[in-house]
Amino acid sequence: MDTVILISQVLMGLALVLAFVRVVRGPSLPDRVVALELFASTVVGMVGVYAIKMDVSSFLDAAIVIALMGFLTAIGFARFLERGGPRDD
Amino acid sequence: MIEFVKGFLVIAGATFMLLAALGILRLPDLLTRMHATTKAAALGVILLMLAVALHFLQVAVVARAFAIIVFVLMTAPVAAHVIGRAGYFVGSKLWDGTVKDELRPNYDPLTHELKSGLETEANARRDIKPSPQESDEE
Repeated sequence: MDTVILISQVLMGLALVLAFVRVVRGPSLPDRVVALELFASTVVGMVGVYAIKMDVSSFLDAAIVIALMGFLTAIGFARFLERGGPRDD
Repeated sequence: MIEFVKGFLVIAGATFMLLAALGILRLPDLLTRMHATTKAAALGVILLMLAVALHFLQVAVVARAFAIIVFVLMTAPVAAHVIGRAGYFVGSKLWDGTVKDELRPNYDPLTHELKSGLETEANARRDIKPSPQESDEE
């Protein structure tokens, strides 16, 4: 089981790196917002795997909060884009 | 047995996360990128939370894991819809190979007005000259 968890952590770390490349390169602000939302989902998954590894179930509360924050940031960025705030892509 | 299923779920979930990240890196425009990330990342989170529920097998933990699953299932489509809508309004470019954009002939980006394409002449002229029934109501 330790090997499986290590492999999954490596895979998700790689996913974070790839999403970060898109955050840096993304041609426009919506692309970056989508990449940041993927960040939130991936971190929720990493927290779940870490809860399995450490055998501590309290980490799931952190996962819930991170998922909530990811959703709220997506909504907030979308409102900002639609209202036409100052942008510097 | 539980150990085996758990390991399979963890690996599958992590693989879906990696596929979502690959999609966001490789696909050509905003909408296709969202199509990759929303579904694959949501499925990855769901599989990982199922693995967590199988690992602990206590009522409180299973309930929390299922709360996360339901939350992700409800919020992922809403967030994707809102961002896609905002991206279209902002005017993000579609891919060169896009076959059909049904919104373009009916949507006016300056006035934010969306036509159905089935308006009659009377409806089109309504705000210029109000019809007699509306003036009766006033």
